[in-house]
Amino acid sequence: MIAPFFKFGYFNSEIGLLVAFIIGIGFGFFLERGGFGSARLLAAQFYFTDMRVFKVMFTAIVTAMVGLFYLSWIGFVDLSLVYLGDTYLLPQAVGGLILGIGFVIGGYCPGTSGVAIATGRLDAIVYSLGGFFGIFVFGELFPYMTNFYYSTHLGKENLPSFFDINYGLVILLVILIAVAGFTAVEWGEKVMAKKRSGGENA
Amino acid sequence: MSIKEWFSHHHEDNVKEHALYPKHYWNSYLVGMGLGLVLLSAFVIMGRGLGASGALSTVVAVSVNEVAPSHAKGNAFYEGYLGDGTQSPLKDWLVFEVLGLIVGGFISGAIAGRNKIAIEKGPNITKKKRFIFAFIGGSLMGFGAKMARGCTSGQGLTGGAMLNLGSWAFLLSVFAGAYATAYFVRRQWI
Repeated sequence: MIAPFFKFGYFNSEIGLLVAFIIGIGFGFFLERGGFGSARLLAAQFYFTDMRVFKVMFTAIVTAMVGLFYLSWIGFVDLSLVYLGDTYLLPQAVGGLILGIGFVIGGYCPGTSGVAIATGRLDAIVYSLGGFFGIFVFGELFPYMTNFYYSTHLGKENLPSFFDINYGLVILLVILIAVAGFTAVEWGEKVMAKKRSGGENA
Repeated sequence: MSIKEWFSHHHEDNVKEHALYPKHYWNSYLVGMGLGLVLLSAFVIMGRGLGASGALSTVVAVSVNEVAPSHAKGNAFYEGYLGDGTQSPLKDWLVFEVLGLIVGGFISGAIAGRNKIAIEKGPNITKKKRFIFAFIGGSLMGFGAKMARGCTSGQGLTGGAMLNLGSWAFLLSVFAGAYATAYFVRRQWI
């Protein structure tokens, strides 16, 4: 096994920062290509008129998931050296809920707001100022929330270990769910488009 | 369908609504594959995934530390982003990645002719109200991302591809929270 390259010491952390910058360019480029610099297109996901958030996110997850699994299966990547965060089930679910509410109210998430700022969207600047403020509030309240923040700690738990299913089988299931989801949203978009054009004529 | 058409595949009705965008976006599945390969290269080269909110947290922690060092030092949350003091906390992987993200977004927007000073909102809301909503939404996002230990990039994409249990719980919650709230803020978007 020769990867992850950084973990095997092929380069130092200074070069790692350069890698971060280059990977970031790719990240921002594809987000903008997909329309993720536009709050209206992002928010359309939650009104069923444009499902690109779902399509892009799930395609990205499936691509990286399958690629990583394959590269570890052929012995190229040591999967145990790829960082996996601990699961804190309840705070992560509650945090996700709050972030989701913020997503549809604000129109962006942190990464997409960076792309929107880069392409000149003024509301994204205000959004990111809100982001700094929210993190500051979290920091100030942190001493009073530590019990909840560290609650329901399950350690390094992934879907295969939690449900006790073979890793490859979970991957297959995720792919099947993704394909079913894609089929459903493509159909849904057509229905919504028809409904709207019908409404305009009436 | 020719390759060129596939690249610019886009629903015509959406294009009409979004007069801001002179050139069409790429096909969502193609973009998803591109993003997935960027994420995969981060896994292979660095042994870690993508992120965004962590960079904002570093900036907040450094700012608090500048204004009130003793206050920041006594807080485990800020301290986590300040490091051991041997080098600047801003020399951080996620900070550089987000700088790259801004450059990458600018390059893509410039190629497509989409870089333009504008405000993203529906036709039925004033600019001032949009800004208020943007600030409130951003604040909730910042708070929620810290509670969840990451945002749509760090938990959603990265943890999702790693099949991390907490990340999948997070992902489901994000969509649940957004769909549950969408009705109440619909005037902002449609």
